[in-house]
Amino acid sequence: MASTTPQEPGLSAVPSYEEEQSQARFDALINQDSRVEPRDWMPEPYRKTLTRQVSQHAHSEIIGMQPEANWISRAPSLKRKSILMAKVQDEAGHGLYLYSAAETLGTSRDELNDQLLTGRAKYSSIFNYPARSWADMGAIGWLVDGAAIANQVPLCRASYGPYGRAMVRICKEESFHQRQGFEILLALSRGTAAQKKMAQDAINRFYEPSLMMFGPPDDQSPNSQQSMAWKIKRFSNDELRQRFVGMIAEQVKVLGMTLPDPELRFDEEKKQWIHKDLNWDEFMEVIKGNGPVNSQRLERRREAHREGAWVREAASAYAAKQAQSEVA
Amino acid sequence: MSQQNNWPLWEVFVRSSRGLSHVHAGSLHAPDAQMAVRNARDLYTRRNEGVSLWVVKSTDIISSDPDEKDSFFESPQGKDYRHATYYKASEGVKHL
Amino acid sequence: MKHDELDAALDSFGDALASATRVTPGNALRPEDIAVDGIAPGEDVAQYALTLGDDALILAQRLANWISRAPELEEDVALGNIALDVLGHARSFLTYAGLAWDKTEDDLAYWREEEEFTSLWIVEQPNGHFGVTIVRQLIVSIFQHLLYQKLATSQDETLAAIAAKAVKEVDYHRDHAIQWTIRLGQGTKESAEKMRHALEILWPYVDEMFRDEAVHQNLESIAVLPSTLREAWQEEISAVLAEAGLEIPATGQAMAYGRRGEHSEHLGYLLAEMQVLARKHPGASW
Repeated sequence: MASTTPQEPGLSAVPSYEEEQSQARFDALINQDSRVEPRDWMPEPYRKTLTRQVSQHAHSEIIGMQPEANWISRAPSLKRKSILMAKVQDEAGHGLYLYSAAETLGTSRDELNDQLLTGRAKYSSIFNYPARSWADMGAIGWLVDGAAIANQVPLCRASYGPYGRAMVRICKEESFHQRQGFEILLALSRGTAAQKKMAQDAINRFYEPSLMMFGPPDDQSPNSQQSMAWKIKRFSNDELRQRFVGMIAEQVKVLGMTLPDPELRFDEEKKQWIHKDLNWDEFMEVIKGNGPVNSQRLERRREAHREGAWVREAASAYAAKQAQSEVA
Repeated sequence: MSQQNNWPLWEVFVRSSRGLSHVHAGSLHAPDAQMAVRNARDLYTRRNEGVSLWVVKSTDIISSDPDEKDSFFESPQGKDYRHATYYKASEGVKHL
Repeated sequence: MKHDELDAALDSFGDALASATRVTPGNALRPEDIAVDGIAPGEDVAQYALTLGDDALILAQRLANWISRAPELEEDVALGNIALDVLGHARSFLTYAGLAWDKTEDDLAYWREEEEFTSLWIVEQPNGHFGVTIVRQLIVSIFQHLLYQKLATSQDETLAAIAAKAVKEVDYHRDHAIQWTIRLGQGTKESAEKMRHALEILWPYVDEMFRDEAVHQNLESIAVLPSTLREAWQEEISAVLAEAGLEIPATGQAMAYGRRGEHSEHLGYLLAEMQVLARKHPGASW
C-alpha cells in the first residue's frame, strides 16, 4: 500500500532507502493491526497527530475533575461523597496515564502542561459548562462518561501501543463512572418531586453537549480519514454518535425521564437514529473560549500550578541535595 | 507561565500477584525515588492490583534498538521446534 | 457498548495487560457490614466512637478540598487517597456509634448541630497552603497511628476491627506527611519559612489531642486514654522535625474543648457547606 504521508518542507523529495524501509515497516505494522511502540520509527505527522490527540484527552480528564470536585464538599450522603471522591481521583489518574503515553512520543509533561495553561491546547468542550446541581453529577456520569466510553473502547485497539494500553486501563475504571452516574439519577428519579425536577433539568442541559462530544459531522471532519488510516481512530464521529444515542434512548426509559429531543426516533428504513440538529455554532464558540466557565476552569489550573511552585521547587532542591551528598 | 519542573520521569512496573513477573504499567513524575514508589502505589494499585512495585528512572533504562532488531533477535527465528505447536503427531494425546 | 462487550474487548488483550489491572476487592471491613451485622454499642462506647468518627469526618472534609488544587497531579491522587481512607474511618466509626441511637452515619453527619459535634480543633483548621496541610497531617496522623495501634487491641470487637484496618492506612498517611515535612523543611529557604509558619499556627491545638475527657472514662480496655499517647507522639514528631531542620515552636495552647461541643469559628462554615444540600431536602434518599 502506497505511503499516505504528505511531504514535509525540509525533507528531500526522494526518500532515502532507510526512510522507505522504515515507512514500509510502519505501514506493515498498521496493516497487520499490530502495535507501534515508542522506539519504532513513525512518520512525523503520525507522531504529531497522536501527541495532540492523546494530550487533548489528558487535558480533558484533568479539567473534567473540576465540575465534579465542585460537589464533593456538598455531597448529600457520605457514601456518595466517597464515590465522587474516588471518581475524581480516578480522573487525575487517567490524566496521568495519558500524559505518560504522550511523553513517550517525545513531548515532556512540562511542555504539555504549559500548552494547557497558556490556552494553546484544547480539551473536551463539555467541561466548559458549569455543574449547577447535584443531579449534574448523575448527568455527567451517565451522559458525559457514557459518551467518553463509547469513544474510548475502540481506542483500546489504537495502533500506538502505550495509548491503547492506557485506554484499556482507563476503560476498566470508567465503567464504574458511568454506572455511578446512572445510579445517582435513578435515586433522584425515585425520590421527591424536587429531586425528579433536579434530575430532568440536568439531563436537559447535558444532552446536547454530550452528543457533540463526538465531534462535528463526518462531512465536516477532514482529519478523520487520516486518523482512521493510521488506526488511531477506529470509528467515525457520526457512527459513534449513533451508537451512543441508541444506548441512552433506551436507558432514559429506565429513569422514567425524557431526553430533550422531540425529533429523536429510530428510522427503520435507514436503520438510523434521527436526532435534532445540534448547535454547532455554540460548540465553536465554546471551543474558542467563550463558553460559560472556560476562564474559571483554566484559572483554577493556573492557580494550582502557581500556588504549588514553591512545593515542587523544594522537592527538587531536596532531591538535588541528596544526590550531591551521595556522590560526596 | 512556563516553569521548568525538575521532577524526572520514572517508569513503573507492577507485579500483580506472586508467581507472575513485573509488567510495565506506565510512568509518572516524582522528585526522587522514595516519592516515585509512593506515587506509583497511589496511581497504579488503587484497586488491589499489585503486590510489588518497581520504579526506574526513565533515563536509566537501556533498550534494544529496534533498527537492529533483525540481528539482535534473529536467532530464535526458524527454530519452531522450540514451540509445542510444532509437534503435530502428539496433538490430542491427553495430558500432553 | 454493553459491559459484557467491553469485558470481551478488554480480555482480548491477554493476560499481560489484564493482570496489571485485575480487580480484587479483598475482604476488609466496610461501613455497610457494620450497619448490617454490627451489634449496637452501649452509650459510653457509642459516645467514644463518635469522637473518633467526628475527627475523621472533619479531617476528610478538609483534605478533599485539595482534589483538583494540589501542587502536582500526583499529589491530587495522593491526597485524594488519604481523604478517602479517612472518610472510610469516619463512616465506620459513625455507623457503629449510630447503632446505639438507631441513627445512620448520614443522620449523624448531616443532621447534628455544631454543638453536637465532638471533633478536635486541629482538624477543623483551614487547609492554608500545602505546608499547613502537611504539618496538620504530621501532627494528626502520628497521633492517629499511635491511637489505632492501641485501639486494635480493644476489647470492643468492632472498635478493634475498625482500628486494625485504619492503622495500616494511617501508617501510610504518616509516612506521606513525614516525607513531605522533610522535603519542605530542607528544600529551599522559602519552603522552610512556610513550614516554620505552619508549625506556629497549628501547634496551639496540640494539647487538646491528649486531654482525657469525660467521654474517655469508664472504658478501660475499650477506649484509649489520649494522655497515654503523648510521650510516644512527642518523641516521634521531634525526631521528624529535627531531621527536617525544623523546631517545635514556642506558642501558647488554645483553650479548645471540641470534645464538649465547643468549637473554633471554623467549624460553622465547614458544616454549613457540608450539610446544605442534604438539609434542603429533608427525608430524601440519594
